[in-house]
Amino acid sequence: MYPIWFQKRPLFTVLSALTIFLLFFSVSAFAQDNSQIDTTIAVDTTLAEIRIVPPSSVEVSDVGNDAGGSIDIHWQLSPEDQNGGPVISYSVLRAESVDGTLGDFTEIGSVPAGASTYADGNTVDGLKYVYKVAATAASGAVFESGDSIPVSSSAQWFDMRRINVFVGVLLVAGFIVYYIRQAKAGKELFIRKIAGLDAVDEAVGRATEMGKKIFYVPGTQDMDNVQTIAGVTILGRVAEMAAQYETWLEVPVSRSLVLVTAKEMVKEAYSKAGRPDAYHEDQVHYLTDDQFGYAAGVDGMVVREKPATIFYMGAFYAESLILAETGNSIGAIQIAGTGMPSQLPFFVAACDYTLIGEELFAASAYLSREPKQLGSLKGQDMGKAVILIALIVGLLLETFGIWNFSTLFSVIE
Amino acid sequence: MEHFAIWVAAFLTMGIISFLYKDNAWYKLSEAIFVGISAGYWFVTLFWDNIYGKFWVGRGDDAMLYIGAFLGLLMLMRLVPKVGWISRWPLAFIVGATAGFYLINYFSSNVMRQVEDTIMPLLGTDYSATTYDMIGNIVIAVGTFSGLVYFFFSKEHKGVFGGTAKVGIFFLMITFGASFGYTVMSRMSLLIGRLDFLFGDWLGMIK
Repeated sequence: MYPIWFQKRPLFTVLSALTIFLLFFSVSAFAQDNSQIDTTIAVDTTLAEIRIVPPSSVEVSDVGNDAGGSIDIHWQLSPEDQNGGPVISYSVLRAESVDGTLGDFTEIGSVPAGASTYADGNTVDGLKYVYKVAATAASGAVFESGDSIPVSSSAQWFDMRRINVFVGVLLVAGFIVYYIRQAKAGKELFIRKIAGLDAVDEAVGRATEMGKKIFYVPGTQDMDNVQTIAGVTILGRVAEMAAQYETWLEVPVSRSLVLVTAKEMVKEAYSKAGRPDAYHEDQVHYLTDDQFGYAAGVDGMVVREKPATIFYMGAFYAESLILAETGNSIGAIQIAGTGMPSQLPFFVAACDYTLIGEELFAASAYLSREPKQLGSLKGQDMGKAVILIALIVGLLLETFGIWNFSTLFSVIE
Repeated sequence: MEHFAIWVAAFLTMGIISFLYKDNAWYKLSEAIFVGISAGYWFVTLFWDNIYGKFWVGRGDDAMLYIGAFLGLLMLMRLVPKVGWISRWPLAFIVGATAGFYLINYFSSNVMRQVEDTIMPLLGTDYSATTYDMIGNIVIAVGTFSGLVYFFFSKEHKGVFGGTAKVGIFFLMITFGASFGYTVMSRMSLLIGRLDFLFGDWLGMIK
């Protein structure tokens, strides 16, 4: 049936056939690869021979409303810059122009094909620059545009895009100044009741009756936080009351600047209350800058000294519940105030009274009743009234498609 | 040495956790170590980062750093009772600069942006909003408006005004409730981190 040579050496025959087949396959694959390489080279050669029309109309301008150091460059794309076309990128070239003499062009950046703008953010104000743009082909050939006109960057005093912020601040400041003058002239300014602040007297009184301490925690942030400033301002008022009632006030702080400021506030409050002798330097003391180290320290003091009243006024983070829950566990009356939205729920849950956000900033005016602070609070309220009216008008105009009112409040960074 | 550090960390962690039972000597020891070491750590960090790193080594031609250093020196005047009042100047500078800086920042972000994002076509552009989007838009508008009314201090919360303020406080409380739940979950991750240390790194029960 089979040939004699196959019958004698079947394995050798099969392996030989297989080897011949593999050799043939490899050779044909190699030939195919080579033909592809050849084709590619052929295409590249073809592209290199194409002459690309360079980009044109290179326009340059100083970037407006900035602090200087930037120039915008725009150009018309090369007509060959199309999908799958020969242009792969554009290089932006820059030369300095001193007294009409043009220096050497150097590449300052590149953008992919299709882009027609570039922002040069590395210029020296006042120095003139000339730009040109070069289209780079796939072959690496470069086709340069003509030179732009000379241009220099400059800084602007005012960012006119933010004029709406300026007008808004001016409006609110105007209200504040007006109401401060009114208050100073003796006009009665009405401020509604704020339950948490009415309770301050009660809380200080309770500590006095019980013969126990008052703790005041001004948050864990530094003096560059407005909430800390508000907290320290309220401390002044609480310290004055504590001095009048002859109740020991203790203020553990976590920042050196807060320590200095709080000491000044408390000392001044005791003098104001006519009790400078009752003030002790160690009433306000430093624990640590560390957030949880501070929380551990205050917790220890709270459980050991069992103050009758604890105030938490300022900026707080994760330590808020640790502090408030410990104070709650010893039965102290607790009044908290913060503008940190994520910590307010914990204070609401664990404290007797909580000043929510804006109430913390109103507290100082409410407690002191000083004309300057009351006028300031009233002025801010007028600002809020303007916003409420703007909300109603804007929502109606936009809902009925009359005018895109919200653009008046658009802020560009 | 590494084992010793793990044992010390575990001892102190357990000491702090023991506060859950009651104040005790173990907690007092852990607390004193925590407060003392962290205060020292921050002193060293601030000294090397700021006084040495920024001013002594890296000041270059930056004149602003000299102003900062000068204000810092004024703060030290507190140590001399006769001229201690000078230390109020840098404090006044910090408080004033902070207030001025944040006035613009907060006005941009908390007022202008908030108003811009609240004012929108309630029914969508060209009335194209879905029911879900419409409800969302109305909730944002009503919530912002009534919340702002709550924080208006110049008028007694009575009548329609008081009712609107009450709606505002409802919105706030619902937000706080959601925030409470969310934050509790993130605090759980802190607890899990410590338990992972105790049962994994220390006791080796978690591989």
